[in-house]
Amino acid sequence: MIGWRRASLWCALLWVAACGPADSVTELRVWGIGREGEVLRELVPAFEREHPGVRVRVQQIPWSAAHEKLLTAHVGDVLPDVAQMGNSWLPEFAALHALQPLDALLAESTTLRRELFFDGVWATNVIDQRVVGVPWYVDTRLLFYRRDLLTAAGWPQPPRTWSEWRRAMEAVRQTSAGTRYGAFLPVNEFEHPVVLGLQAGAPMVDVQRNRGAFRDSTFRKAFAFYTGLFRDSLIPALGNNEIGNLYQEFARGRFVFLVTGPWNLGEMARRLPDSLQSAWATAPMPAPDSSGVGHSTAGGSSLVVFRHSRHQKLAWQFVEYLSRPSVQLDFYRLTGDLPARTDAWRDGQLDREPRLRAFFEQLRHVRAVPLVPEWETIASRLIDQTERVVRGGVSIDSALAALDRDVDRLLEKRRWLAEQVAR
Amino acid sequence: MSGIHRSVEARAALWFVAPALLLIAAFFVLPVFMGAALSLTDFDLYTIADWRALRTIGVRNFTETLSSPLFRTAIRNTVWFAVLALPLTLTVSLSLALMLNESSLRGAAFFRTVFFAPFVTTIVAVAVVFRAVYHAEYGLANWALGVIGVAPRDWLGDPVWAMPALVLLRVWKSFGYYTLILLAGLQTIPRELYDAARLDGASPWQRLRAVTIPGLRPSLLFVGTIALIDALQLFAEPYIMTRGGPARATTSVVLVMYEEGFRWWRMGSGAAIAVLLFLILLTVTFGQRWLERRWRLA
Repeated sequence: MIGWRRASLWCALLWVAACGPADSVTELRVWGIGREGEVLRELVPAFEREHPGVRVRVQQIPWSAAHEKLLTAHVGDVLPDVAQMGNSWLPEFAALHALQPLDALLAESTTLRRELFFDGVWATNVIDQRVVGVPWYVDTRLLFYRRDLLTAAGWPQPPRTWSEWRRAMEAVRQTSAGTRYGAFLPVNEFEHPVVLGLQAGAPMVDVQRNRGAFRDSTFRKAFAFYTGLFRDSLIPALGNNEIGNLYQEFARGRFVFLVTGPWNLGEMARRLPDSLQSAWATAPMPAPDSSGVGHSTAGGSSLVVFRHSRHQKLAWQFVEYLSRPSVQLDFYRLTGDLPARTDAWRDGQLDREPRLRAFFEQLRHVRAVPLVPEWETIASRLIDQTERVVRGGVSIDSALAALDRDVDRLLEKRRWLAEQVAR
Repeated sequence: MSGIHRSVEARAALWFVAPALLLIAAFFVLPVFMGAALSLTDFDLYTIADWRALRTIGVRNFTETLSSPLFRTAIRNTVWFAVLALPLTLTVSLSLALMLNESSLRGAAFFRTVFFAPFVTTIVAVAVVFRAVYHAEYGLANWALGVIGVAPRDWLGDPVWAMPALVLLRVWKSFGYYTLILLAGLQTIPRELYDAARLDGASPWQRLRAVTIPGLRPSLLFVGTIALIDALQLFAEPYIMTRGGPARATTSVVLVMYEEGFRWWRMGSGAAIAVLLFLILLTVTFGQRWLERRWRLA
């Protein structure tokens, strides 16, 4: 009898001990990727101070494993409440119904409005007319160039059109007696033909019919321009792993132009010798012709709230907090990642700095790649075909035909699904 | 009486092996059949979202895989890897086994341990070290080439040299294991045979060909089979060191399977590659068995 009473007393004690503290603290689970995930931790305390009783647990995952980890976590139903997600993955996770549509929350929000963000970047967060993410930081590609070498070749101003760009590269080749290349655009990066395709207004994928559209005259024109640069030896036919040290080669003047992203602002400042620090500059992408604007890709990461999260409201508040201009600027200072909100740029006077201003200009002219989950596979096939043209001597038309055949095969499932829905 | 006794014994034995059998069924037999079944479907991203999006598509995964240029590149790369790695592994481990078997060698136990060390080191750690060894500018490999007056190369960045670089890594990592097996084989060859051969005036080379190799035949065949299967399952080295590059030069069959399944999440097509690889390994193993039988009769 006594034993029974003692046991029940112990049980009661254990129960109190187990449940007591857990009731008063709400835990918000957040996943950040790479360096951003690390820095995210430093931004958390201010949010926790504003929300007593909330503990934000940040887990950092490396970029190389992030995609697989998010997918397997979705399948295993262990996704966190909030996560950073590369915006090219949004279509995939929207197709999985993993993301919470944010339209209703946005409509009620007093601090977040669509107009505050770069247009093209916002568009990548709208899948099937629903907002599934809020841009966190943005990423695009534009010209990095050696101003000294370009001026020496007779071009004091960066080129504004494709034909100017080509002529500038030819001038570099000629004035250096072939020792310098015009540019280095790694053959194994799909971004370059994609940027040029976006500029030409190429759809690349017909998302209505779910078929490849690389044979379209718009993309063909861009692809012919791009591969022509290799054919005429204005660009070396090398991949990014065949160049050795990119920064050393840039410093040595092996090439004058690079098309790359904001992370290289910091890298160039760190790795180029002091004597060259005033010799390199950035400029928006040249346009196909003098009437247009040179567009580029709308990359970056978004913040998403997962559908299965039990703390939807709190998760949204965390997203709102990270999107505040002041927090965006803190984040920029910690990482060098460019803010997604235009008012953060103005507040921080980021658009005053010449090299950053080129990015600000470019970000107002960015376009989304086709928003289908298969895009990354399609892009990897584009590299294969580009290499066949540049290194294998295959004709442009047969390479693009092969690419469209490949893409049609990859999108067969989408066509079938669309048919099922129509029925 | 004894019949009843035996059946009781058999039943008891069954109970004893039941847990193991159950585990094998659940974690080995079942997945194999599930994988085979999966290869006949188009299990993909859309299937995870909604089960109704699963279709059985017959052998389409197989025809598409077999006609895909990437898969053919992967087959070519994997065969190239095996062609380079197999003879090199056999030569290195046989030479070292012969060396260790010499009774005149001092410190044989020490060398046995040293040779075995790479085999038990995790591949990830090895890969990190070898990335430094193969570094285009500061690497040990290029320094060594410089000493003998050969021009340096970008081992992991050059499509021609990336695969040989991975072969050297594999040989270095695995020779210890094979050396040990061959050494055990060598020690079963009776001393008397060597003494008799020597009395007959056989040179060391003749002794190797007439006594050692025939006596070592079972061990050599075992090592050959295991090393070949291991080579055809190439994955960890390119996955960690090159990600299949440069220009797909180190993309292996298993790497393609992994990417289909876990990068692009096309499980059906990934499973089809697994089935194809299984068939290839089966054919190769049977081919070797057949060779072995012919060799024995000869």
